[in-house]
Parts: sequence; C-alpha cells; structure tokens
Amino acid sequence: MLQYAWLVLVFPLAGVLINAFFGYRLGRRACGALATVAVALSFLWGVGILAGLLNLPAEAREVHLALWDWIVAADLHVGLSLLVDPLSVVMLLVVTGVGALIHLYSNGYMREDPDYARFFTYLNLFIVGMLLLVLADNFLLLYLGWEAVGLCSYLLIGFWYQKKSAADAGKKAFIVNRVGDFGFALGIMLIFATFGTLGFREVFERAPVTLQAGGAVATAITLLLFTGAIGKSAQIPLYVWLPDAMEGPTPVSALIHAATMVTAGVYMVARTHVLFALAPVSSAVVAAIGTLTAIYAATIALVQTDIKRVLAYSTISQLGYMFLAVGVGAYAAGIFHLTTHAFFKALLFLGAGSVIHALGGEQDMRRMGGLFSKLRVTGITFVVAWLAISGIPPLSGFFSKDEILAAAYHSGNVPLWLIGLITAGLTAFYMSRAVFLTFFGDSRVSHEAAHHLHESPPTMTVPLAVLAVLAAIAGLGASAFNGFLEPVFEGAHAAEAGGLPEAALIALSVLAAVVGIALAWLMYQRRAIAPERIGARVPSLHRLLYNAYYVDYGYQRLVVRPLHALAQWLARSFDLGVIDGIVNGVPALVSGMSRRLRGWQSGYVRRYALSLVFGVVIVTTVALVMVRTI
Amino acid sequence: MNLSDAPILSLLLAVPAAGALLLVLLDGRRPGLLKGVALSTAVVELALSVPLFIGFRARAGAIQFAEQWAWIPALGASYRVGIDGLNLLLILLTTFLTVLGILSSWTAIGRHLKGYLIAMLLLEVGMIGVFVSLDLLLFYVFWEATLIPMYMLIGVWGGERRIYAAVKFFLYTMAGSVLMLVAILVLYFQNAQATGNPTFDLATLTRFARTLPWSTQVWLFLAFFVAFAIKVPLFPFHTWLPDAHTEAPTAGSVILAGVLLKMGVYGLLRFAFPLFPQVAQAAAPYISVLALVGILYGAFVALVQPDVKRLVAYSSVAHLGFVVLGIFALTPQGLSGGILQMINHGLSTGALFLLVGMIYERRHTRQIAEFGGLWRALPVFSVLFLIVTLSSIGLPGTNGFVGEFLILLGAFRARILFGALGTLGIIFAAVYMLWMYQRVFFGPLDKPANKSLTDLCGREILTVAPIILLILFIGWCPGPLLATIEPAVQQLLALFG
Repeated sequence: MLQYAWLVLVFPLAGVLINAFFGYRLGRRACGALATVAVALSFLWGVGILAGLLNLPAEAREVHLALWDWIVAADLHVGLSLLVDPLSVVMLLVVTGVGALIHLYSNGYMREDPDYARFFTYLNLFIVGMLLLVLADNFLLLYLGWEAVGLCSYLLIGFWYQKKSAADAGKKAFIVNRVGDFGFALGIMLIFATFGTLGFREVFERAPVTLQAGGAVATAITLLLFTGAIGKSAQIPLYVWLPDAMEGPTPVSALIHAATMVTAGVYMVARTHVLFALAPVSSAVVAAIGTLTAIYAATIALVQTDIKRVLAYSTISQLGYMFLAVGVGAYAAGIFHLTTHAFFKALLFLGAGSVIHALGGEQDMRRMGGLFSKLRVTGITFVVAWLAISGIPPLSGFFSKDEILAAAYHSGNVPLWLIGLITAGLTAFYMSRAVFLTFFGDSRVSHEAAHHLHESPPTMTVPLAVLAVLAAIAGLGASAFNGFLEPVFEGAHAAEAGGLPEAALIALSVLAAVVGIALAWLMYQRRAIAPERIGARVPSLHRLLYNAYYVDYGYQRLVVRPLHALAQWLARSFDLGVIDGIVNGVPALVSGMSRRLRGWQSGYVRRYALSLVFGVVIVTTVALVMVRTI
Repeated sequence: MNLSDAPILSLLLAVPAAGALLLVLLDGRRPGLLKGVALSTAVVELALSVPLFIGFRARAGAIQFAEQWAWIPALGASYRVGIDGLNLLLILLTTFLTVLGILSSWTAIGRHLKGYLIAMLLLEVGMIGVFVSLDLLLFYVFWEATLIPMYMLIGVWGGERRIYAAVKFFLYTMAGSVLMLVAILVLYFQNAQATGNPTFDLATLTRFARTLPWSTQVWLFLAFFVAFAIKVPLFPFHTWLPDAHTEAPTAGSVILAGVLLKMGVYGLLRFAFPLFPQVAQAAAPYISVLALVGILYGAFVALVQPDVKRLVAYSSVAHLGFVVLGIFALTPQGLSGGILQMINHGLSTGALFLLVGMIYERRHTRQIAEFGGLWRALPVFSVLFLIVTLSSIGLPGTNGFVGEFLILLGAFRARILFGALGTLGIIFAAVYMLWMYQRVFFGPLDKPANKSLTDLCGREILTVAPIILLILFIGWCPGPLLATIEPAVQQLLALFG
C-alpha cells in the first residue's frame, strides 16, 4: 500500500489531462464529476495510506519513496521522491478531504459559468501541486509544489480574467509570493552549501552536528525559509495579496486561500522544526510575526463590510495563530489548528459563497440581514463555524486555539499569550458581527435580490453539512491527533513553566470569546450601542482600519511607482540615450560605413565576400605588425 | 560500422548546403515546391542530427564523431570537426529550430521566397559549422558566414526599420569579430614563430597559449571576450539586439535568439576558457558583475517596452545574463546550468517569437496596447503562450527552472552575494512577463480588430507543440541532457584546477 502512495498524485493528474483536452466535449456535468471523483479517490487512497501507516510501529512511520532522479549535476542529487509520515499524511487528508468537498460544492457554484472545464482543470492541478508540496521528500521538490500551487492560485484568482481587478489580483499574488520565494530559494541554496544535500532525512540527521545551535548559519537558513512562509501564508509584511485574492470564485477562496495553500508556510516550518530548534532567534521571530499578524489582521476585520474580506483578514489572523504555535515549539498544536481551521474556515467561505450565490453576487453585508430563516442549511452550518472559530467549547476551534494559547503562556512569553488572548476576543467579535449582519436582524436585501432568494442546491449544501460536523467534533480528537504526530516532532517539546493553572487559562480564553460575542450582540443585534456612533467618534481610526492601515497605498507609493519610474528612465533615457547613443555615435566611422552599406542593401553576396576579403587582408596586416612589436 | 565513425558532421554541413543549391536551381514561381524542398532539407538535417545524440557516449569525455582533413596546408589550417558535451545539444537545437523556423515562414513570407529559404539553409550551414569547428580559422570562417544570411533575413524580409537594424547588427558583430580575428592571428603567428609549426588547431594552440606572457594573454582574452560578449549580448553590448529582433522576420528572430546568441556563450566556453583559463578566472568577478547588471537591467527595461518583440528581446538580455553568471561562477552547477540554460532559452524564447509571429500575422501589430482580452478570442494560443511564459520566468516543472536553479546555486557557491543578486532577477522576470501577459490576454476583449481573430491552425499548433513538450520534459526529466553536458563540465573545471 505505502509503496503506491504516489497514486494519490495520479488521480488528480489524470483529471487535469482529461479535462484540459476534453473537458468541454465531456459536458458540464461529466467534467465536474470527473474532477470531483479524482480528488475523492485521492482522499480514499490517503485513508488507505493512513491505515498502512498505523499498522507500522510508531517509530517506523516514515517511508521514503524515490520515484526518479530529477536534477543531477556533480554533487547535487535531487530525486523526485516522496515522504510518507504522520505529518504528510495529515496534510494529505486535509488537502484531499476538504478538497473533494469543495470540488463537489463547485459543481453547484459554477454551474452557470461557461468556462467550467478550465475551472476544474485548474482546481485539479492545484490538488496535484499541493500534494507534491506536502509529500515532497526534499527541499527542491517542496519548492516545486510551492510554486505550482502559486501558479494555480494566480490562475484561479484571475479566473474571471476579463475583470481587470481579478487579473490584477492574480498578478499581485504571484509577484508578492515571489518576493517571499526569493528568500526561500536562497535558504535552499544555503542549505545545500551547508549540508551538501537537499534531502529532508539527510539534512535533519546532519543538522545537530553540522550546525552550531544558535549560530549564524542556522539562524540565516531558518529566517530565509521563513521569508518564503511569510509570503505564502500571508504574514506581515507580505500579506497584502490575500485580501485581493478574494477576486477569485468563492470555492477557490475556500480551498486555496483559506483551507490549504496558505497553510503551506506553517507546514514548512513544522516540517523543518529540527532546523528551527537550532535557531532560537528565528523561532522567536516566527512567534512574534505570527502574533503581530494575528492581532493586526483581526483589527482590520472589525470594520470590513465585504463578507469575503472579513473572512480573508480572519484567515490572515488565524494563520498568525498557527505561526505563534510553531514559533513557541508547539508544532502539533499548530498543525492541529491548521486542521480545524481548514474545516471551519472552508465552511465559512462556502457558507458565504452560498449567501452570495443566493443573493445573485452581493457581497456587501450592509445589504444582507435576516437570511437565517431563508437559507436554513447555510445558516445553521455557518453558525456552527462561527462558534467554532470563536472558540466556544466543545467545538473544534476551542480546543486548537486553547492549545496554542496555553503553549504560548507556558513558553514564558506572557505578552505573546496576552495578545493572543485579546485577538481571540476580537475574533469572536468580528465573526459575530458578520453573522448578525448577514443572517439575523432586519433584512436589508434589495428587492430584486429578495425575489430570487433561494437555498443552494444539494451539491453545495452537502459539503456544508459535512464540514459543519467536522468543525463541530474535530476537537474531540485532539489527543489522538497529537499522539499520532508525536514521532514527527519528538524532541521538540514546548516548555512547561508554572504560573496559572490550565483551568484558569481555559476560562480566560472562553471569557474572551464570550465577551467578544456579547459585545457584537449588543452592537449589531440589540443595537444597544450603535456602531455608527463609535465610528463617528473616532473617524480617523475607522478610516485607518477600513483601509487596512493604508499599507497597499504605501507599497504603491514607496515600491511600485519608484521602480516603475526607474524602469522608464532606464529604458528611455539610459538605454536609448546613453548606451545606444554611444553605439550609434561611434561617430563618423560607423555612420559613414552604414551610409555606404545602405546603398548596398540589394544584397549581392559577392559584394560582401569582397569586403570580407578586404577586411581580412587589413586585419592580417595589423596582426602581423602587432606580432612583430609584442 | 560503428556509428561514431560515420561522417555525420560533414553530412550535417553538406545537406543544407545541397538543399540551398537545389533551391537556386528551382523555379522561383513555385512557392509550394520551394517550401517543400526547404522543409524536407531541414527535416532530413534534424533526422541526421539525432544519431549524434544516440551514438554519443556521455562518459567518454573526449571529442567524438571527429573528422579531420588538411584544408590549407600551407597555413596549417585544417578541416577539424567533432562534438562533445558542449556542442552536441546546441547542434540539436539548431537543426530543431531551423525546422520550426521554416514551418513558421509558411505563409508569412510574401516576396523573394526563394532567396529567403536559401538564406535560412545557408544560415544553418554556418551555425552548424560554428558549433563543430575545432580549428580556429575554420571557426572564424563559419562565424562570419552566419552574418551574411542573417543580415539578409533582417535587411530584406524585416520590418519598417530593417535597414537600420540590419546594418547595426552587421557592423556591431563585425567590430567584435575583427578583434577576434586579430587575436586568432596573433596566437597563430606567435605559435608559428615559437614552434616553427604553423597551425590553427585549437588543441595545439591551447597548449601553446599557456606559455604566453600574462599581459599578452590578457589582451588576447579581452579580444575574444568582446567579440563573444557582443554576440551574447552581455550588458553594455546589447543595444543591437532589440533592433535586430524587432525588425527581423519571425524565423529570423527565432534563430537569432535561439541559436546565434548561443554562439557567443559557446565561443567563451570553447575558446576563451581553454585558451586563457587563468585570465578567465581572474576576470570572472568583473564579468559576473556585468552579467548581474544585465539580469536586472534587462528585466527593468523589458518592463516598460510597448512592443512585445522588444520586450522579449530585453528579456533575452536578462536570460543570457543568467547564462553568463552561471558559466563564470566556474562551479559544477553553474557551468551545467549555464550550458543547459542556453538550450532552455533557445526553446522558450524561440517559442515566444514563434507565437508573437503568429499574432503579428493576424493583427500586423506587436504593440501591447493594441491587444487585451485575447484569451477570449484565442484560447489555444493563450494557453500555449502561458506555458512558454512560465518557462521563461523559470517556474518549477518547466525547463527554465532547472537551468536557473543550477546557475544560481553555482553562483551562490562561488560568491554568496552574486547568487543572491541573481536570485533577485527571478522576481523581476515574473513582473515583466506576467504584466505583459495580463495586458495582452486578460481584461475585456474590447478592440474591434481583436474580436474577429481566429485561433491557431493545425500547422501553427504543430510548430509550437514540440517545444512545449520539450519545455515540460526537461522540467521534469532533465537527466539525459545534464548527463550529456556533464563530461564537458568536468573538462572545463579541470582547466581551473
């Protein structure tokens, strides 16, 4: 079974090829069904792999599959080889499981779109890339998967390419990610220069010997790798592409820009935990950036009016939590939150998609409200996801977030924990705000949208229901989950310090959630405190948050425009003026000759032959003279 | 008979020459026949070059398929040809791209078709000759011989400013060549004087060049270097390229970017490195800086070009900067990557020019601003263009990544700073290519002239499809190519101890 683990790649790859060449001929239903079944088969195959792994003793659960030699040049040997271990299997199941549900959902969501074959081809291609990313057994193959999912993200964000904003957003995502990849690529080179190999097993085995703990090389390698993670997982300062990525179709936002691809950075840090363990400075940076991003993005989410933007900033914020976890050494907790987040955030996006679908494309929460009674399945499942992300026990988000906050607290860095706690309150608040504005209170839906209002078809509601169940109960598997991942992260235990007892920590995080929900309820449901009045009292703060701290504007002003101006100057003034000017001006000689040559343009070969002979004679004479004098 | 005893290289030189001769004799008013003869010749040539790859023994290291006859005994010049890991793939690239070049000219060339096809085939003779020659005089003759047909292709079948571009191309390259000729002759006479045995044989002169005083070696290296750097073209010798590319007909651009530029890099590796290894080593940091400037500069200037062909031309400056950075890293990965990237650039830029030619045939413009939303009208064209674009920006899974990664790794191991600066280039490559792609293919299809465009026909797809397949194949299985290059890399590394 385990030797055939590569088959998980084959199913979606077959889907890509068939749909790329014959998708439109197959017709809409067959095309979508094929893509969905391909991913479902991958998921089932993944379950088989999980079973195979569980059959092995815990310490033997690490299988390396070498498929073929990829790049071999002198001492560089990079294989196309896969690693099957508890960590990669968890990722594999999340990707294909959530992936299959979202494929199913897309059958309903995209049923009006004429470009369905292109859509499902991209979506399957994304699954192939993501599986390569999580199954890679060396840094370069990881990088390949990393870039492949980046490509799919680019294509899917810009799926409705005729909209300029969509095409712009796709390009922005790709380029901002490339900035992160610049660091990632350098990290890979430094790893090779240091270890002479790029294989995970070899690097991690040699690391404790080769690298000096806390030394410059260990720190440099890990910080460079983390730069890549910052880009892909949308952390400060490279998060700017993710809110714009919402230009893509909503299932894409759910699958790629919430549940799977954006967590790749967290996965990468967890995968390379051996290196981060040797670089405490880097780990501290990871935790700090994560925490900062968590609260930063949460504050922006407080005031957004577009439902998808709220969810996008929420994703950035939750990714920050995951980095906080892996930064303080709680790798299993980070991956656990990654998993539960995949369930409830995918659910939130798909639910939002269902709302948008029902309202004929409306995304502004100011024109929603009171939808709970109209969209029953969507409403109920959305409420489950809301409570899960807010951290209300016993839903999954409570367990995973609490594990992270406890780990942060025990790491001895109380400020990190405190910020995490405040963020938990903010999260509960902004999610409650979104729920109240969308599903409860008076309807602000426009007349014609209300007329068309309908619950989504079963292809869309079934995935919602399945994800709701998962988001609700996944937390109960926490200890089994951690036990399963234990062998991967062995030796990387988060510090256990004294202080507040566990129960007090739990009580505090639940309290934060309750306060957040209660406040939102007072403001947006009871209208006891009018949010407009708060906004009016501090208009500049509201503008600052609403415009996401003007960071995009700043990048435009400080980076994009100056570089573009530089390019203009180089092309117009320098290249044509200076360099070409010198060339064309090697004056009389060149122009004189070219004038004569211009007269010869009829192209008699013997003319050229003649001139060549003349030239040769002259040059030979010069050379002879030179030889004499040297 | 052993495959490697067959005079394949001479056949490779003879077949296109014979094809050209046949064309001379044919009636110029029968375009179908002319095209048929030219295409068959190119296909036979391609078929002939395949046994080289099959018969090549990657581990042997030495020159294979060698042939040698006296040519001008009085001067000590001989017809001495052979292949090794350095030129084998370039020969295949040449025969491959020539077929595609002729296919792409099927409907594009309106006047003087006969002369055009003759020029294409003679150009092929010259290019093959450049790559197989192991005698300096023979090399020089072929080197110059490529100039004339290319000059014609640009000057006769080019665009509006073709005369300016052709003359600039000719004079610029000629200026470099003259320097090289002087260097060759100095080397020749010095050797003749010292040993009393006049010869242009590369191997003999290589042994002799080591005995020259340092300052002479430096001057001679510089002369070779400038000649080759113009051809590459390395910053700041690049300004002939955008003009030549923009004005050349499609096949001319394909061959120019795909093969002729590689002659410069090849010249450095085949001649400048072995003849003057110490000087090359000493000059490496300075030349690497020029390469780095080229990478970043080419990308910046490409960004704001309004004409697709000019944009691709400047992207070539950046890409060839990568190649030069790789080979002057003087590390195993740098050299492997540099040599591989020559092939990759030939494929991806060749394909870009082919595709740009196809849209030009339909719209008679290459101004980016004239397009927009083409995906809607030309989905097949758009997908093919996208794959080639991705190869050009070095996305993993395409050939471009393998080459660029090896180059950057090699540069990084030589000097961390150079590797890091080169890696910056991969960001900018994405910027200018994707921005161009967006403006051409995305957005609304709002220009009336674009709405009625028809997608690619079977012949056009057939022209590009082989390149697409190679782009993906090399991206995933570069093994056979890297293994071919490996012995040449080892031999080059041995020069530098």
